[in-house]
Amino acid sequence: MTTPEEKFQALIDAEEKVEPPDWMPEGYRKNLIRQIAQHAHSEIIGMQPEGNWISRAPTLHRKAILMAKVQDEAGHGLYLYSAAETLGVKRDEMQELLHQGKHKYSSIFNYPTLSWADMGAIGWLVDGAAITNQVMLTRCSYGPYARAMVRICKEESFHQRQGYEILIRLCQGTSEQKEMAQDALDRWWWPSLMMFGPHDSESTHTEQSMEWKIKRVSNDDLRQQFVDMTVPQAEYLGLEIPDPELRWNPERGHYDFGEIDWEEFWRVVKGNGPMNRERLEHKVRAWEEGTWVREAAAAHAAKKAARAA
Amino acid sequence: MPPQDPDDRVSALLAHADDNLVLAQRLGEWIASAPELEIDIALGNIALDHLGVARALYTHAGDLQGEGRGEDDLALGREERDYLNLLLVEQPNGDFARTMVRQLFFDAYQTPLWEDLSASDAPVLAGIAAKAAKETAYHLQYSSSWVIRLGDGTEESHRRAQDAVGALWRFTSELTEDDRASYRDEWERLVGAVLGEAKLEVPEDPYQRTGGRHGYHTEHLGYLLAEMQWMQRSYPEMKW
Amino acid sequence: MTYEVPVAPGESADIEETTGSEREGWPLWEVFVRARRGISHVHIGSLHAADPESALQNARDVYTRRGEGVSVWVVPSEQVYAFEPEAAADYVEANEKVYRLATAYDIPDEVGQM
Repeated sequence: MTTPEEKFQALIDAEEKVEPPDWMPEGYRKNLIRQIAQHAHSEIIGMQPEGNWISRAPTLHRKAILMAKVQDEAGHGLYLYSAAETLGVKRDEMQELLHQGKHKYSSIFNYPTLSWADMGAIGWLVDGAAITNQVMLTRCSYGPYARAMVRICKEESFHQRQGYEILIRLCQGTSEQKEMAQDALDRWWWPSLMMFGPHDSESTHTEQSMEWKIKRVSNDDLRQQFVDMTVPQAEYLGLEIPDPELRWNPERGHYDFGEIDWEEFWRVVKGNGPMNRERLEHKVRAWEEGTWVREAAAAHAAKKAARAA
Repeated sequence: MPPQDPDDRVSALLAHADDNLVLAQRLGEWIASAPELEIDIALGNIALDHLGVARALYTHAGDLQGEGRGEDDLALGREERDYLNLLLVEQPNGDFARTMVRQLFFDAYQTPLWEDLSASDAPVLAGIAAKAAKETAYHLQYSSSWVIRLGDGTEESHRRAQDAVGALWRFTSELTEDDRASYRDEWERLVGAVLGEAKLEVPEDPYQRTGGRHGYHTEHLGYLLAEMQWMQRSYPEMKW
Repeated sequence: MTYEVPVAPGESADIEETTGSEREGWPLWEVFVRARRGISHVHIGSLHAADPESALQNARDVYTRRGEGVSVWVVPSEQVYAFEPEAAADYVEANEKVYRLATAYDIPDEVGQM
């Protein structure tokens, strides 16, 4: 007779997917809920910084792309909440916990979008960093999460490219436009590197996540991959990455780069970034102002069901 | 520049383009603020449809004009007085009831409009209209079902929906003033059926406000355009 | 990790799962999409909606934004009854009825494709 633990580990070892309602260790379930909920919250809060520029997009073509992209993010949040719901947590509850400050979302969205070039920088760097991570997550051991990620990756394939294209246009434009692009890179570079999290040596539950195949590549490896990929892209644009220590290391076959400001990193995580309060306030306000709408729909459905009965 | 002759084909195209762009801009304001995620996504789809129609119409109008003006020149380079959109679409979003009632009124107008224009003997316009007709059918279904849900939902939602009908009714005669009488009949039939099922009443006040089709707008449009056209005006002649 | 928020020193990694609120949101629906004629509807995800009509509208908006389907079904999640064959002994036996499989029969090659 095999125990549930052995059966679970055998699935993981065989690279098979865990599916609801399989038995799973409580730690695995909690780790997943935490990760998926935070991912979902990030997609939803992440709509705000880009939504900030929909009304001011410089052309109708850019307006359409940006609208579609922000709308995709709502869809991605929705897919991820659905994946989390298969673990027995309700979407409304996750949102309420976010509103109460008990759930968190990625720090990257606590930075303000101050110019049109930020739409380029977010697509190129933030979505670029996200893709590095999300492609890995399509191989995650939990079926519903992996499937949501497959769908998301497919839909996101245009997100990074449209961002880079915005910057190409700026960098080939007037000096004013190029300055706008450089300013955006200066502001978004370090927060983008922070997205990969603390050093592996500092990361509390990386090891367990790797063992469970929720996570498949370490923070530092992903960050290195991202830097190696991005530096030549910045060179093509003719923009300067704001890191004096950045240089190619032929021995390692990788770029060396400077140290993240970890003080800033933890300050933002703990709620004191430039936009933490505004982002949450906006989210809570939208949710509260929508209460009567959600209630009306439920009341109408109940009336209709009663009439049909 | 004074408003162009309303019979002019170009200005007719611009009027419809302006309607769709201004409404898309308004709906875009909902993104990340809707009452539920699914609504956020739906409003995004509807906004993108309107934006798509506007772009196609501007491009076509620019081609007919033959002065080398593209969609962005027409959308982002014209002054408020040259904008020919209906007053209805420039009205602020208000609450979700206000937005859905505005949408219903507009969808019920665009339903006969696109059906009619899709039979136009001008092939480009007919093509744009045929696509828009399909999209409008879905928008109308969406707005109708929400107005019914809100009108026949809770006491609060009924009150809000009734307020919305009251506030927007004065912008409805303009919808069909320049077009055929048959549009009006269809509009009244579609809207009447929805309001009836939603248990909402048509205001008795006969006051109507018009002028949008001739470039005389409410005070709201100026702000909407200021925001929408800001980049083009601050950084003229640049490529984005 | 990109969207995972690191645990600050001194904080707990545990995440709360409920607010204890009794309030019920819109019910959950499962969405099935037929990608094109000739193939079955396939489960594609889920969403929340107050009634069947809005569930269908939402399914269209959420899951077919890129023209992914020609037909959509929505089913209230609570109406889905599940059976987990791996957990059921009788099913394992059913699986062993090899005579249900085409590969269980030897047909000489010269007979051709069968």
